[in-house]
Amino acid sequence: MTLFALIGTALSSIGGNRLRTGLTLLGIIIGVAAVIALMSIGRGAQEEITSRIESLGSNLLYVRPLDGELTLDDALALVDPVFAPSIVSVAPEVSTGGSVTYRTTETFSQVAGVTPEFADVRNFEVASGEFISAAHVTNRKNVAVLGSQTAEDLFGERGPVGVDIAVSGIPFTVIGVLESKGGTAFGNEDSRVLVPLTTAFFRLSGQRTAEGAITVDLINVQADGERIDEAQQEAATVLRLRHEVTDADDFRVDTQQSVIDTLSEATGTLTLFLGAVAGVSLVVGGIGIMNIMLVSVTERTREIGIRKALGAKRRDILAQFVTEAVLLSIGGGLLGVGAGVVTSRVLDGFTLAGSELTTVFSGDIAALALVVSAAIGLFFGIYPAARAAQLHPIEALRHE
Amino acid sequence: MASVIQVTDLRKTYRLGALDVPVLNGVSLAVERGEMVSIMGPSGSGKSTLMNIIGCLDAPTSGSYLLEGEEVSRWGDARLAAARNQKIGFVFQTYNLLPRLSALANVELALQYGDRRNARARSLQALESVGLGHRYKHRPLELSGGEQQRVAIARALVKTPAIMLADEPTGALDTRSSAEIMAILQRLNRDEGLTVALVTHEADVARHTRRIISLRDGLIVGDEPVAEPLQAQLAEGVPA
Repeated sequence: MTLFALIGTALSSIGGNRLRTGLTLLGIIIGVAAVIALMSIGRGAQEEITSRIESLGSNLLYVRPLDGELTLDDALALVDPVFAPSIVSVAPEVSTGGSVTYRTTETFSQVAGVTPEFADVRNFEVASGEFISAAHVTNRKNVAVLGSQTAEDLFGERGPVGVDIAVSGIPFTVIGVLESKGGTAFGNEDSRVLVPLTTAFFRLSGQRTAEGAITVDLINVQADGERIDEAQQEAATVLRLRHEVTDADDFRVDTQQSVIDTLSEATGTLTLFLGAVAGVSLVVGGIGIMNIMLVSVTERTREIGIRKALGAKRRDILAQFVTEAVLLSIGGGLLGVGAGVVTSRVLDGFTLAGSELTTVFSGDIAALALVVSAAIGLFFGIYPAARAAQLHPIEALRHE
Repeated sequence: MASVIQVTDLRKTYRLGALDVPVLNGVSLAVERGEMVSIMGPSGSGKSTLMNIIGCLDAPTSGSYLLEGEEVSRWGDARLAAARNQKIGFVFQTYNLLPRLSALANVELALQYGDRRNARARSLQALESVGLGHRYKHRPLELSGGEQQRVAIARALVKTPAIMLADEPTGALDTRSSAEIMAILQRLNRDEGLTVALVTHEADVARHTRRIISLRDGLIVGDEPVAEPLQAQLAEGVPA
């Protein structure tokens, strides 16, 4: 039998019972649509994170302590035209968490102690008021710059500049509000509170090294243009000299790209996991196909007998029923791709638990879902088809 | 030239649980090209089993079966299927047409598993030779019993088989339709030289053939030529 004749025969028997065919297809459609929708959400999260990190500035390095300490002096030593010519500027950070209170409104946010360079290095603009100045840092002033989300949480529509708030019970004056950078389900730059680094260190965190130096949690380093790798080398060299490192570094220097890579890997795993969960429903759809094929073989026993009497070999019967199962699953797969694309479009921009979903559909997801559904049709179609092929022609002809 | 069918000491025993049920106990017979024979016998005589083995639907327990000179009794599924496709034309008591397909598609089905060249034209031609050329689009349920059996004859005919095996072909039909079917079979045998073997328990039907083989308890108990075969009454519109 030619492939063309096989497909024709399969289509005519699939079309023979529309309701049953529709319900069987539905199982595959839902499975494929779920795979596509969930994987689009995973991809969306991945792209969102990448673009958000890139919006912080593409030439950034992050220096973090690694079973050791970084001090403010370490940070300042990185700005050195002789030993570190590729480093333009540094912005050390001290972070703590705390309650932020305005009258009776209270919110919890990350409080970061920063220097004036922070705005430049991390690409922040002040929407209203002013940013932290060198004088604020020197004089350990109790002033705060609010992230746009924090400002909205505490003050709503009103302008907060000049108003007094309390951070962890200590009074601060709001001097500015940052422009929004947009948030995702995976953390929010807009819900921070920035205060002078010295204020954070002495008033809010109160930690100190043995020598009495100011410790920092993170040093943001801005490299000169594209010279990121050189800047990474130079920063490491300077710190190794200062810390008298002999074997393993007590700090690590990450580039923007390495952070993106790490997070992409994590969200890529998440995407696959979501796809696998949805894949379970695809398998259930496959079982539906198997069930209906078994019923169909029983109902059409006589037809099988007639075909065998007319000269159909076992493999002709096998091919006929496998073709039907695969056509069902590919048909369901194609409709499922359509449903999945529509679903991911609808979900794009949908707000879930306070954060906006971003979905990204791509052809490789659709291709994967189609291939998997075809494979499922083949896998679950073979057993019923083999049963049909093994029927004895005489018994099949006698079947009522 | 070899006989169309040559069986020698054919035996068939079915196993029902622990019990061996012998159905054919050593049947030997030959059917030559162009013959029209009937196989008669009461139910349980083994005539259907003999028919199934001759039709390559079943294998004998022992004995030899030569189909056009080829030993068939030890063949596997694929070769038996090919033999059914090319050499045997079946006509059943209950027509066994596929209800979803038109008359033409039912006839074409016989060619689907073998030589597909000019399948449509050959199928139409086969339908015309049983007087149903004008009804090729109809589905089985839109046809009378006699017409359905004529479609089945066309389906058996279209592959130009070595032998047509008809199992109680008139068993489900009224007198008039039965006469039609017998007239068609007689004409095909007389004019086209088609070898026909039909199984029946009606002596009336058997007397339309030229030789009657009687079977009882799995043995041949009679093999007589018919001196003067009855000629079936031709119905109007049926070519003969």
